[in-house]
Amino acid sequence: MAGAGTSGAGQLAAVLGTGQTHHVSRRTDVSMAGLCREAIDRALADAGVGMADIDAVVLGKAPDLFEGVMMPELMLADAIGATGKPLLRVHTAGSVGGSTGVVAASLVQAGVHRRVLAVAFEKQSESNAMWALSIVPPFSMPVGAGAGGYFAPHVRSYIRRSGAPEHIGAMVAVKDRRNGARNPYAHLHQPDITVESVRASAVLWDPIRYDETCPSSDGACAVVIGDEAAGDAAQRPAWIHATAMRTEPTTFAGRDQVNPAAGRAAAAALWAQAGITDPLAEIDVAEIYVPFSWFEPMWLENLGFAAEGEGWRLVEAGETAIGGRLPVNPSGGVLSSNPIGASGLLRFAESAMQVMGRAGDHQVEGARTALGHAYGGGSQFYSMWVVGADKP
Amino acid sequence: MATPLAPDTPLSAPLDVGFDYTRSLGPVLGRFMTALRERRIEGVRGSDGRVHVPPVEFDPVTSEALSEPVGVADEGTVVSWSWMPDPIAGQPLQHPFGWALVRLDGADTALLHAVDAGSPDRMRTGMRVRARWVDEPVGSIRDIACFEPAGPGAEPRGPAAPPPAGTEPVTMLTTPVHLAYRHSASVQESRYLRALAEGRFIGQRCPACGKVYVPPRGACPADGVPTEEEVELPDRGIVTTFCIVNVPFLGQRITPPYVAAYVLLDGADIAFLHLVLGCAADEVRMGMRVEAAWKPRERWTTSLENVDHFRPTGEPDAPFESYREHL
Ligand SMILES: [Zn+2]
Repeated sequence: MAGAGTSGAGQLAAVLGTGQTHHVSRRTDVSMAGLCREAIDRALADAGVGMADIDAVVLGKAPDLFEGVMMPELMLADAIGATGKPLLRVHTAGSVGGSTGVVAASLVQAGVHRRVLAVAFEKQSESNAMWALSIVPPFSMPVGAGAGGYFAPHVRSYIRRSGAPEHIGAMVAVKDRRNGARNPYAHLHQPDITVESVRASAVLWDPIRYDETCPSSDGACAVVIGDEAAGDAAQRPAWIHATAMRTEPTTFAGRDQVNPAAGRAAAAALWAQAGITDPLAEIDVAEIYVPFSWFEPMWLENLGFAAEGEGWRLVEAGETAIGGRLPVNPSGGVLSSNPIGASGLLRFAESAMQVMGRAGDHQVEGARTALGHAYGGGSQFYSMWVVGADKP
Repeated sequence: MATPLAPDTPLSAPLDVGFDYTRSLGPVLGRFMTALRERRIEGVRGSDGRVHVPPVEFDPVTSEALSEPVGVADEGTVVSWSWMPDPIAGQPLQHPFGWALVRLDGADTALLHAVDAGSPDRMRTGMRVRARWVDEPVGSIRDIACFEPAGPGAEPRGPAAPPPAGTEPVTMLTTPVHLAYRHSASVQESRYLRALAEGRFIGQRCPACGKVYVPPRGACPADGVPTEEEVELPDRGIVTTFCIVNVPFLGQRITPPYVAAYVLLDGADIAFLHLVLGCAADEVRMGMRVEAAWKPRERWTTSLENVDHFRPTGEPDAPFESYREHL
């Protein structure tokens, strides 16, 4: 990845506070503005700051067709507190929430702003993402079937390449949904889900089953990021140790769709910047973007937590459950809540909450270093960060 | 087999995209819409005392949530305007009209709406206008059909129809969005599509990496160099990977269940998605040999849909290692 750079993080930055909505399938009692504001007010309260303390706002939102609002940052400017301040919109498909966190962090790390508000949202009930992702351009074959139809063949490839047993996908779903049952903000609460019930659920896009698929959610997330002085003044902030983003084209000959090069490059840059040589030993908890259950073992390999073809063994051994060597998605993850645009920022926020000791019933005991991860498009965009309880 | 490219005209075709988005309004906008259904206009008071019409949910100065409703008149003054000589579908009026910013009496901000003035000569900044309500308001900004000139010389308004009986507050609004595109294929893709219209597959080979792309792209996405060498490809190959689509969805054109498979033509280095039929869905395998089942020749157009589906050839499966790099 010549030219991509693995430069240092610049000035220190820290997460001062996070906020999110209670994710549900339909929040018909609020507008998009009201939904965002709910998450923002909670983040500001968690950070102990007011809107006047915010120097700049970064908004993340998935593709406009998902909600049919062109440039929502225009109509949301006052609701998200951007009046008289710099406002940026970030746009990297499903990874956008993560990229929003990275952009907000970089504005602080660059020394441009003292406190930056990152906010991301999706109101899926106003639209139909499956329809928006399946539009058939002229001259082509109309076989596309939403995100599940896109990813299912690559999941099949993973299973074939790794030799993973078929129950791994169900195991991830059970773990994440049971974790979600401990998270009051999660959309789905399924404490009684079992491997058997997952395997008995309908196969939507063979080999992906209904219970191995993320829900469709309305929700928002906000994060307040401050500079070193703000972090020092805060009670137990989450210090940002490293950030990374990488991209690759959707299709090219020889593209590895199971273990994409851009994800591996982003992870390598992230670990180098954080000074981490053995991620499995040094990361205490990971919030990884897993919209379909099989992506947990796939991303464990892509991120370097396991060798290629071995990620499923960590799952099977229970190492990714709370109490395992690397708890993955103690919040319940994308499998329990999927307000698309916000899902990446939720991974980033949840990783921060863990090292801040504010994760409530899904807190991983003693978590001091955490990963937040997001991917988007056809596995093209990657954004990730490492946060820690200790100052880097 | 290098063939120079002729400067073909790119193919293009309409692409119409439309959806009825369902907006949840929240308390402030919901109250505004509910009042409109009763032929009343309500703004909201801001932190500085100004009355915003239409209402804003959050204060433009302090960003605080706003909640104090203020009734205003359905008459006001044009603050600025422009003339719409050729209205387009979906606009408030289908004959020439004025777009105007109207500051209603009692409001401090202006509302954008249509003014049915008949002629631009009758439009001016400072003119007095009044709302013309529709007969059956539903809780929408379109309950105001348009504004019309008011003040001295205006026709007296007829008696107002009684407000509708609806009692539930308005909480939702459907906003249809329709986008009419003209989708164009590239020069290289157009050559490929015209070959499909003759029952042939053509791709292009990259001069740097030697990979063959179908459809051809005119440039190699890995090397960034132009691709000019055209390659004729057979209409058979293998399934690299696939899924079985069981889920129905809005806009779907093939009835589920169906097999959506990546088909790698012999001699190509990139697979494309197509449909596999001719065997039970659970008999489709990675590495399975398939061939194109073309539609009847008289139905061929410039589209990959000329191939109705791919079907098994019955040849032995390709070994995994032979297509591993295409996954
Ligand atoms: Zn090349």
